[in-house]
Amino acid sequence: MITKTKTMRKTATTLAILGGALLSQSAFAAEIDVKITNLTQGIYFTPVIIAAHTSDASIYTLGTAASDELQMMAEGGDISGLSTALTAASADVLENPAAGLLAPGASAEGSLSTADTNMYLSVGSMLLPTNDGFVGLDSWMIPTEAGTYTVYLNGYDAGTEANDEILNGGGAPGVAGIPADPGAANGTGALGVTDVEDNTMVHVHRGVIGDTDVAGGDSDLDSTVHRWLNPVAMFTVTVK
Amino acid sequence: MKNFKSKYIPALAIMSSLILAGCDSDNDKDEEVIAPEVVTPVNVSYEVTITNLTNAQPLSPVAVILHDTGSLWTIGESASTALETMAEGGDNSELLALEIVNASVSGSAPLGSGATETLTVTIEEQTDSMLSLATMLVNTNDGFTGLSNIDLSGLSVGDTWSTYTSVYDAGTEGNSEAQGTIPGPADGGTGFEAERDDVDFVGMHSGVVSMDDGLATSVLTQAHKFDNPATYVVITRME
Repeated sequence: MITKTKTMRKTATTLAILGGALLSQSAFAAEIDVKITNLTQGIYFTPVIIAAHTSDASIYTLGTAASDELQMMAEGGDISGLSTALTAASADVLENPAAGLLAPGASAEGSLSTADTNMYLSVGSMLLPTNDGFVGLDSWMIPTEAGTYTVYLNGYDAGTEANDEILNGGGAPGVAGIPADPGAANGTGALGVTDVEDNTMVHVHRGVIGDTDVAGGDSDLDSTVHRWLNPVAMFTVTVK
Repeated sequence: MKNFKSKYIPALAIMSSLILAGCDSDNDKDEEVIAPEVVTPVNVSYEVTITNLTNAQPLSPVAVILHDTGSLWTIGESASTALETMAEGGDNSELLALEIVNASVSGSAPLGSGATETLTVTIEEQTDSMLSLATMLVNTNDGFTGLSNIDLSGLSVGDTWSTYTSVYDAGTEGNSEAQGTIPGPADGGTGFEAERDDVDFVGMHSGVVSMDDGLATSVLTQAHKFDNPATYVVITRME
């Protein structure tokens, strides 16, 4: 879902606007302001990474296996690996604009000066509390026309860890479990929802199950607090 | 039900300003009064057609407003009492009475699942209004859907713009789904209550859990679950 503020179109289909953007392929440097808003009421975003990069780089690609760096972010909120990899690929990187967690309902802003060839914008941040869920934007072409553009972002699953919904502090890559619930609405002692990850590629997150048993049950998450529907974030880009 | 508040009301103000045209601030010289031209205000009207795409979430009477400033809600900010009243109980009267409202229209009855309704909102002269729309999903604690601050300035007569709407949570009432807390037909419980026992900011709705999905104390069933989008809205400028 992409819209350009102050523009009313006869048919406001995402594809039409996106298609228009694709017509301009020339490289250009840009000064852009970015703002990300957490649209949920119960999910925190770990430190956000935003990068302008070439068509050869990305944070994630749907339908492919997560990189080690994406796994670090999606399972434990650690963006240092992605930052290093993107910087090595000559990306313009904005790290952690919220200076920590981006709370439900909160926004964070920042600016980027993008190099000529860094025509694509990507975003990543872990959804907490989840096992390996993240909010993301993959390779959105930066418009050449000055203006303010709004993109709504979905929740994705890195496919690297079973969504057991057990909150045990496990945040390191390959370690089962959820690191923490910053909102402290979690339970403890869950048996686990599943120990299988059917789709091991990056995919759309199916959401969490949760329960209302604070001392046991299948999940340590609360079904009335920790669920979400897409979109989970609003991302606003102002091209100057 | 149609409210009508022109930017230029009262009409007498238009007359007197025309009478005074050309005589600057000095208005005590009767001989300089010129005959007023008869100007018929030009109506600008929009047809708003909304379709309820949910399985079993009737929508409370749909409120459509035209305005220049403000918003009915802002993500991340505390809901107004007017929004809370609509989102918890389906009563849109306070929203329609807000100071920012230049023109408005309300559905006369709830809009059932699968149903489509067309409302017409009319304003004099002004072609660059913002349009906002709000309606409660009545089988929720405080869930609502709508449009916020849609800029109509690009719509010429005959133009159509359409979109899908997502479901928001007013954040003013915990999503207990408990008996007695939901005003819709699934429960017949209480609507608006002044107490705020939730996060107290507007966000995206996380959906209902329901008794069929593990919330034993819920009065809702699988039938009341929903996903985004919840409605389809078509706006056509008619005149």
